[in-house]
Amino acid sequence: MTDEIARTLQEKFGDAVTPVDGFRGETSFTVDADRIKAVSRFLAERRDNAFDLLEDICGVDYPDREKRFETVYHLYSLRGKKRIRLRVPLNADHPVLPSVAGIWKAADWFEREAFDQYGIRFQGHPNLRRILNHEAFVGHPLRKDYPITRRHKLAAPTNFGWEEPAEARTGDGEFTVLNIGPAHPTMHGTLRILARLQGETILQAIPEIGYLHRGFEKTAEQLTYQQVIPLTDRLNYVSAMMNNVGYAMAVEKLLDLAIPKRGQYIRVIICELSRIIDHLVCIAANLVDLGALTPYWYCFRDREYVYDLLEALCGARLTTSYTRIGSHAHDLPEGWVERCRQVIRERIPRSIDEVEKLITHNRIFVDRTQGVGGISAQEALNFGFTGPCLRACGIPFDLRAAEPYYDYDKFDFDIPVGNNGDTYDRYLVRMEEMRQSLRIVEQALDGLPEGPHKAADRRVVLPEKERVYTRFGALVGHTKLILDGILPPPGQVYTATEAANGVLGFYIVSDGTKHPYRIKVRPPCFAIYQALARLTEGNMLADLIAIVGSLNIIAGELDR
Amino acid sequence: MGLETAKILRSSDLVTRPVDAIINWCREYSLWPYAFGTACCAIEFMAVAASHYDISRFGAEVIRFSPRQADLLIVSGTISEKMAPVLKKIYDQICDPKWVIAHGACACSGGIYNNYCTVQGIDTLIPVDVYIPGCPPTPEALLDGIIQIQKIVEGESIRDPKYRGD
Repeated sequence: MTDEIARTLQEKFGDAVTPVDGFRGETSFTVDADRIKAVSRFLAERRDNAFDLLEDICGVDYPDREKRFETVYHLYSLRGKKRIRLRVPLNADHPVLPSVAGIWKAADWFEREAFDQYGIRFQGHPNLRRILNHEAFVGHPLRKDYPITRRHKLAAPTNFGWEEPAEARTGDGEFTVLNIGPAHPTMHGTLRILARLQGETILQAIPEIGYLHRGFEKTAEQLTYQQVIPLTDRLNYVSAMMNNVGYAMAVEKLLDLAIPKRGQYIRVIICELSRIIDHLVCIAANLVDLGALTPYWYCFRDREYVYDLLEALCGARLTTSYTRIGSHAHDLPEGWVERCRQVIRERIPRSIDEVEKLITHNRIFVDRTQGVGGISAQEALNFGFTGPCLRACGIPFDLRAAEPYYDYDKFDFDIPVGNNGDTYDRYLVRMEEMRQSLRIVEQALDGLPEGPHKAADRRVVLPEKERVYTRFGALVGHTKLILDGILPPPGQVYTATEAANGVLGFYIVSDGTKHPYRIKVRPPCFAIYQALARLTEGNMLADLIAIVGSLNIIAGELDR
Repeated sequence: MGLETAKILRSSDLVTRPVDAIINWCREYSLWPYAFGTACCAIEFMAVAASHYDISRFGAEVIRFSPRQADLLIVSGTISEKMAPVLKKIYDQICDPKWVIAHGACACSGGIYNNYCTVQGIDTLIPVDVYIPGCPPTPEALLDGIIQIQKIVEGESIRDPKYRGD
């Protein structure tokens, strides 16, 4: 399929599109800035295997090059199961290119972020203003010449008051402006919504994010590849191990390093356990927002059982930092497999059943969530939805089935799919996904191979502690690895895993040194949350609360 | 072997000491937290509020999201520069008496983040009574922090300038 795409692009666009070498088997093209919109439209609207999912848009800064900035697009075709990358080089003095927000609605916030962090301007974007940094921020922090500790203070919270943000120019007549958050019980920490109301009906609800922007990407550029792992825990902090695995997978692809089967199965087990605890938090929090407190106690009790397992495995409950590049912190301790079996057979299924009995056919819950916040499958895909929110709309897209990694194709599990994409369906999909994850964990525990869990590459994996203390060669190897760091070859990779919220992608650019040149995280809830205005229009204020809770917006991942 | 500073006893102490004891007992065992949770530490706070660690044993399960109704501000998680004025506003809105816990390394000092968008400790914005280090601190550590707040409350008096309206 790669050749076919390359051929059709060259035929149609000639010199404007140039294929780039297929590093690690990835397909990428360099596209001229003035043709990017036409190329995007062509790829998105192809009859066969259209690239209907815009996964990511980001900027990269190459100050040594003649064309300093590069805007990088990652597109995915669901039917063709194919991903391509488009790179658009831009001049330093005129970093402008057309916006593709008219083709994929998902582009909206991704382009705003590229503008915020790099200063790349997108012509025709409906609302090009800062998204992660506050409005008093001066400069573009991810540029290589921006010092990492230069701060800008914000004197007062952004006060919308009676002013309207640019995108709120609809209709006329009497309306109230209501500020919701960021300090609000249902705003899950740091989400802020500006709502224009007519009575209780929402005319428009516009989210504002960036209240937990912590500079993950800039900080990662200062660290070595191994040192970034603790930072990844703090991305989606309710399922921290999935971020560890996603990042380790990306660096291992960069190094072209395969981990042994036992390591892969361990990663599957911890990923599925993390998926379960993520869904438990989402359901518990969503239900508390609606007034149902009991499932919160049951769900968090289950989380304690899984936390006990994770603590036995790596010493930490939440910020696990368990994976290493090509390896893991420790192998499974003795007796862990039996404890895990007990948890997934006896504890968790009982709690899921209890919550189900209380909630699934509960008249109040059904009335509050059925038909609320629905979205069609096509529109959801255009917004960049992935994960349970997309599956609730009816599209059975799951990377574990579409691009199986770590032997997921050998496990027998179902992909739950909803009908209407409303809040009720999102809840049902998550409940069923937890049961399917339990199935996968059971099969992985049964099929867990013996053998090493770490790759045998001495340039990447630290030697065993006993050998370091007793063998000179191992000592030297250990020292060299710590001081020099892992040195991947120069190149770019993008890997994606099916995290609890959807497709979690890591785009890593390496320049051959021990520091990553650029790491971009593709957060699944970033694409989902930008659809809030569309999900809430016409609904009541109380419905907005139900909708936000069901999307599972984790600020650590959203704002990085 | 140390010299104890002589406590100056006034006759009015006969009245204020029992009054202090009662008022402090009421306050420390009915702290109403404002969970200003932003990041990972908020998840550990939620675990403390859940049944396994049970903050309710300490009388603090009434988590109020209105600053007017709360008295213990627990800042859990990193505060970004964008969030800083919001935190200050919420702190100002909480009525006296109020106490502040910096829960987690990010709230204490910025934690593992020292960059263009993170505040290096909430004590640059608001006064803090108890710092709980950890990333995240275990739930037991948060409960210990709440017990420290209770000890602080025990040591207060209606004679203190802040309660005399100075």
